Amino acid sequence: MTVHKDQAQAYWQANLRLIIGCLIVWALSSYGCGILFRPLLSGIHVGGTDLGFWFAQQGSILTFIALIFFYSWKMNQLDKQFGVDEE
Amino acid sequence: MSQFTINMIFVLGSFALYIAIAIWARAGSTKEFYVAGGGVHPVMNGMATAADWMSAASFISMAGLISLGGYANSTYLMGWTGGYVLLAMLLAPYLRKFGKFTVPDFIGDRFYSSGARLVAVACLIIASVTYVIGQMTGAGVAFSRFMEVSSDAGLIIAAVIVFMYAVLGGMKGITYTQVAQYIVLIIAYTIPAVFISLQLTGNPLPPIGLFSEHEASGLPLLQKLDEVVRELGFVDYTADVDNKLNMVLFTLSLMIGTAGLPHVIIRFFTVPKVSDARWSAGWALVFIAILYLTAPAVASMARLNLLNTIYPAGPTADAISYAERPDWIKNWEKTGLIKFEDKNSDGRIQFYNEAPAFAEKAEERGWKGNELTVNNDILVLANPEIANLPGWVIGLIAAGGLAAALSTAAGLLLAISSAISHDLIKGSINPNISEKQELMYARISMAVAIVVATYLGMNPPGFAAQTVALAFGIAAASIFPALMMGIFSKRVNNYGAIAGMLAGLVATCVYIFTYLGWFFIPGTATLENVPANWWMGISPLSFGAIGALINFVVAFAVSAVTAPPPQNVQDLVESVRFPRGAGGAVDH
Repeated sequence: MTVHKDQAQAYWQANLRLIIGCLIVWALSSYGCGILFRPLLSGIHVGGTDLGFWFAQQGSILTFIALIFFYSWKMNQLDKQFGVDEE
Repeated sequence: MSQFTINMIFVLGSFALYIAIAIWARAGSTKEFYVAGGGVHPVMNGMATAADWMSAASFISMAGLISLGGYANSTYLMGWTGGYVLLAMLLAPYLRKFGKFTVPDFIGDRFYSSGARLVAVACLIIASVTYVIGQMTGAGVAFSRFMEVSSDAGLIIAAVIVFMYAVLGGMKGITYTQVAQYIVLIIAYTIPAVFISLQLTGNPLPPIGLFSEHEASGLPLLQKLDEVVRELGFVDYTADVDNKLNMVLFTLSLMIGTAGLPHVIIRFFTVPKVSDARWSAGWALVFIAILYLTAPAVASMARLNLLNTIYPAGPTADAISYAERPDWIKNWEKTGLIKFEDKNSDGRIQFYNEAPAFAEKAEERGWKGNELTVNNDILVLANPEIANLPGWVIGLIAAGGLAAALSTAAGLLLAISSAISHDLIKGSINPNISEKQELMYARISMAVAIVVATYLGMNPPGFAAQTVALAFGIAAASIFPALMMGIFSKRVNNYGAIAGMLAGLVATCVYIFTYLGWFFIPGTATLENVPANWWMGISPLSFGAIGALINFVVAFAVSAVTAPPPQNVQDLVESVRFPRGAGGAVDH
């Protein structure tokens, strides 16, 4: 039941790195492509409008789904790797 | 058979289904559905979370707002889905490991103080009551149309039914009823959208239809829509917005508000394992996304259909004459949510944007002002009628809209009543009350909440989805930061958390009330709610993100100058970070 202190620390650090990575993608797809960088992406046409519009109304949502499943899958691996998973 | 009869069959039929499932589930072993080991499967839990989460705001109101605002209102789409990413990574698994029942429980234990618990209860109640006002607005619109009465009468009918529904109570807790509600809701939302997408673009999948060709004109649908709205003086549907700061903050408010809403978080306490809490958030988002990917298609197609109805020969030709208006306009006129005033007395319905830039053109065409006012909240419900879809589709959307509004409103009332009777009265004021008294306080607080919400719902601070967005702002500013700091920092202490929550809550509420009326009482706003008056161009809907920032800063600052949390609390934080050793799911 007890987890080694160094190992616990390493697990938590790995989790934090993963969260930060995922949140960067999260922010880039919504706040980035969907809002702030829309003018930069206006040259890429998607069905009568531009890529930024697509990201704001569809692309970001699809990215969010992919992110959560990726995170869940990766965390399950980390849980096992560091021996902190639920038996 | 009249449309009224068809609507009744669908509405009553769906309710009979929910009640039947509730009775069936009770007759079996209720415990089995919730207790450890036999806990709810992540897919089922995801579906139930989706039903709980998607309310009148998502179902009835959101597409209407996107329809009106176009690209600018994409904020609702990103904001109400992106929060699940935060939930899955920053809160759900750790709160599941913590293993207690309510959000105030966690805050009370983590910040080792009944004061923190009390403040969390207050935040929860304020956010939930605001949320209920939005639900009542939406439910009122739905009832007024389907009972064919004025919108105020519809609201009162809705209030009575929601109250009965909530007092019956059991509905909320039973996962399989919510699964049924989700199925009714999603079918009701997508079927009309499929029909309309087929009519306009020939593509049966609305999200793809949105970016396809408009068959009648051969242009891409969105380009066609831009052309039509431009011709009538409106801003282009796909136009970019100038105030990006506000758009970013609004989206952020909705996202962190999602992750801070107690009735959503609670769902993750019922899954069997910590790893399931992560998967569950993913599945919830999949089921939510089915509606959220359909909504923008509904929004743009409804706008195009609406304008085509008013201008059958195109926006450059004459508008339709009032005498020949379609039935759906007549039906909605009864509710007062569509109004026509023949300003230039030509017997035709001129519907356009009275922008200064368009004044000359309107003058040229002999128009003396916009003659049709359409309440945004009717758009989704009227959509099948506008597209001339068969009667059963209209009945279906009635059932779906009511399921969305009632389940969430009833769920919120239960959350409010348990916060008052359990967390506030039993937990803090008088721990010795009997179970019977606790139940009585629960009923009284439910009744008070619904009366307040109905009164404020008569003159709501905005359309249903906007009012709900305010509730998210309040949750974002108060609850989310406290939960997140409770997990990710061992240094934030009781004083920091209390000061942070209070600062975030007060700042956000004061900002909102300044523009939308003190405690949302109509006519008490200090400043008119127009962009020119907003501080740094930040709308009251977006302020939750600033409130959250204030919360974080105050909490860290106060914690830094006061004593760190005791060792046992630091151990608690350490323990929630690791899945191993999580007990069984809590028994609801």
